[in-house]
Amino acid sequence: MPEYSWPPMDKRRVIGKRISRLDGIAKASGRAKYSSDTNLPNMLYGVLLTCPHAHATVKSIDTSAAEKSPGVKAVRVIAPAGTEIQWAGWEVAAVAAETEQQARDAVRKIKVEYEVLPHVVREEKLEEVGTRAKPSGERETGDPDAAFKEADAVSEGHYGIPVLAHCCLEPHGQVIAWDGKKLQYWPSTQNVSGIAADLGRALEFPAAQITVEMDHIGGGFGSKFNADRWGVECAHLSRAAGGRPVKLYLDRATEVTIAGVRPSAFAKIKIAGKKDGTITAWESESWASGGIAGGGLPPIPYVFAAPRTGIPNQRLKHMAVSLNTAPQRAWRAPNNQQACFLTCAAIEDLADKLNMDPLDVYLKNVDKTARPETYASQLKKAAELAEWKKLWRPRKEAKGTLRRGLGIGINTWGGAGHQSTCLTKIHPDGTVEVELGSQDLGSGTRTVIAQVAAETLGLPVDAIKVKIGRNSYPNSGASGGSTTVGGVSSSTRKAAVNALEKLFAVVAPALGVPAEQLEAADGRIQVKGNPAKAMPWKAACQKLGVNSISADGENIPKVAPKEGLNSQGASGVQIADVTVDVETGVVKMNRLIAVQDCGLIINPKLAESQIYGACIMSICGALMEERIMDPTTGRVLNADMEFYKLAGIKDIGEIIVHLDISPEHDQKGVIGLGEPPAVGGIAAIANAVANAIGVRVPMVPLTPNRVLSALQRRMA
Amino acid sequence: MSSKRDPESQTRPKGGFSRRSLLKTIGVGSGAVGLLEQDIQAQTGAANVAGPGEVPVTLTINNKPVKVNVEPRVTLLDTLRDRLDMTGAKRVCDRGTCGACTVIIDGKAMYSCTVLAIDAQGRKIETIEGLSSGSRPHPMVKAFVDNDAQQCGYCTPGFVMAAVSFVRRNPKPTEQQVNEGLGGNLCRCGTYMGIRKAVLQAAKEMGGRNA
Repeated sequence: MPEYSWPPMDKRRVIGKRISRLDGIAKASGRAKYSSDTNLPNMLYGVLLTCPHAHATVKSIDTSAAEKSPGVKAVRVIAPAGTEIQWAGWEVAAVAAETEQQARDAVRKIKVEYEVLPHVVREEKLEEVGTRAKPSGERETGDPDAAFKEADAVSEGHYGIPVLAHCCLEPHGQVIAWDGKKLQYWPSTQNVSGIAADLGRALEFPAAQITVEMDHIGGGFGSKFNADRWGVECAHLSRAAGGRPVKLYLDRATEVTIAGVRPSAFAKIKIAGKKDGTITAWESESWASGGIAGGGLPPIPYVFAAPRTGIPNQRLKHMAVSLNTAPQRAWRAPNNQQACFLTCAAIEDLADKLNMDPLDVYLKNVDKTARPETYASQLKKAAELAEWKKLWRPRKEAKGTLRRGLGIGINTWGGAGHQSTCLTKIHPDGTVEVELGSQDLGSGTRTVIAQVAAETLGLPVDAIKVKIGRNSYPNSGASGGSTTVGGVSSSTRKAAVNALEKLFAVVAPALGVPAEQLEAADGRIQVKGNPAKAMPWKAACQKLGVNSISADGENIPKVAPKEGLNSQGASGVQIADVTVDVETGVVKMNRLIAVQDCGLIINPKLAESQIYGACIMSICGALMEERIMDPTTGRVLNADMEFYKLAGIKDIGEIIVHLDISPEHDQKGVIGLGEPPAVGGIAAIANAVANAIGVRVPMVPLTPNRVLSALQRRMA
Repeated sequence: MSSKRDPESQTRPKGGFSRRSLLKTIGVGSGAVGLLEQDIQAQTGAANVAGPGEVPVTLTINNKPVKVNVEPRVTLLDTLRDRLDMTGAKRVCDRGTCGACTVIIDGKAMYSCTVLAIDAQGRKIETIEGLSSGSRPHPMVKAFVDNDAQQCGYCTPGFVMAAVSFVRRNPKPTEQQVNEGLGGNLCRCGTYMGIRKAVLQAAKEMGGRNA
């Protein structure tokens, strides 16, 4: 069996190097074509009509005026009379016309009569949702009642983390041309290899006759895996218009309203500990909503709940709250941000009750985690970078108008590689193509594929032509769960090794040694240990005559742990440093420190970017972002980017990233990195604010209003 | 909480009305509608009446005259993207908040989603497509790549245009000035750390020239 394992750290020439992303110039110069940039001859524009009511029945729908409207080529009724609408923004009808303006005019002419039904759209007060709350799980371990009785301190608190919208900058949508025989599909998707099957199922049309093309995607964050109703309707509009291509992208209000949200989580938490900081008991009554189907129980208590060694006495009760709001979608580390916030906030509140430094409480309890030594060293490293011991003050010492505080958040994630097949071709002219049905979400997938192939073949990165974004290339998994880098790096490594073996077999006679004694290095095929006996890459490839080599390699998740190219299990610690103005309630970020372990790092520059981005997203979630529902109309009040707040460049302070690159972590192989660093920041910031002002602000985001209210309650 | 300047406010076209002023006038209630109608009548009375169908429009884009037929209600952004296949400027918020559609008009960074194509006539429009000549990337583009100031890249062309306009006016910026000057653009992936470094690097390379 060929040797696939990664070259030793000190032998790597390309892997581990800070190479700039390969599609960087194309993107920054505006030349990169996203699917939403597609302009085709004869292309029509599709526009959706959505329902303004959160809960209603369609009584009648009349599209006759729209059909006669100038430029209109197709009209579709999506929600016929009798349909029960479950959330505002539900797709009711769609129009395709020669111009977008004409399509919008026509949509306005569609007459729909609704019978409006009662709705519930807010869940933060459990007592107000009535029968919409349904029990969704209970769990008890140990003897929580006895543990609370025996504890040296018990902390009780209410905590809440709201629904967020993915708010991808490139809205959801696609261009589709479907003439009934073949279907061409230009989606914005995290799932190039799988999305044809999803669309085909809905259309009852063979996936094999669907071609998918996507070169770039303008953000997904977990919300772009499926074809969605707008994809299906776009296809129908195209077919109804005689196969003309139709471009249908959601407008911003619809994007924020229906194209993906992170579920909320609320909890009343009681946590107990001993004088030395040992956490002894946890009790929580939680509830959550991610739309009509309710919301699941986040994995609480988070991290400090390893099997057998975790917090010994626990009682959990969870309610799922069904709301008339659009359904949740996977969000960068599903339910982990919520779990981390609820857990780390409760732990730091307990530390305050115990008159302890929370850092010491976390350190005291690392034995309750799955990776005690890693967390202990990361906590110490993060504390060192944050100058924790010098800067941290207990909550009771908070004074002055501008108050500085520090707080901690802890993360964990899997991140093993997904199924991925790579096809590597070596041509007689020496050129190399690497094909995978994968996608680059901006994490740098193209670049890491090229680095792995270049490393393996002994070539420079620019000698590798990376081809992704087509479903005609070998199947590679969807980009979710931080699984892509492990999957594509492993399959690319194996395909390149397999291709190289074939090349060695052709070249070996000319070099007068058995194929097993050859290696590829520095643009040559050479005899191992004897670089003088070598053949330049191009000359070696010429020996192929007229036949190219092609070889594939596959990462199979079940087998991967044995091969060691990728694995799972990342941990990290974040520390936030904030200043709060107690007169205005404004929280200013000073620093966010992220210490992250992640296995073998293929490109530290891109890896750091992932962590920077995750930290900034955490700042948004901790201080600004929140979907706000109007209880009266049942609509999203801030379905735009003026009031759906994202951080700007001056809101983020300094971000300090420490990647734990070491032989110890490197030997674990590649582990995904998109998600774990996005987990701990919200908790860290919320804890830093509590530390700064001496009181817990129970609900994030920590808006000035909430900060001032918390301060006021303490005064009262 | 981010500072969002209105790059357009100082440079509103004379005698026209921008889409942003229209939106502002309408507000969220209906009380202003009567006033708005008068306003439009007063303004269109002084100007040539155009539309409602498509009208010929001549734009000066990257120093070249470009003729296109669009309805008067169509924004410069949609005209660039849908009619001229200049898709570097992106449509994201479509309401003058995020800056993904930033172009430079008469020397100032503006949101092309808040400018009507018909009102952009006679003005010098610079887009991301005109920034890099031939195969040599503009120093700002190169700096964005060097500092990995992009991930998904959808906000990037708008950011690059805003940054170029900013550095032309602030040839030797401090980091603080970069933070203030680029507050009108938003990124969802979180690339601001790289953007800060990129703008400072490009400012040095642009050397105060009107690059």
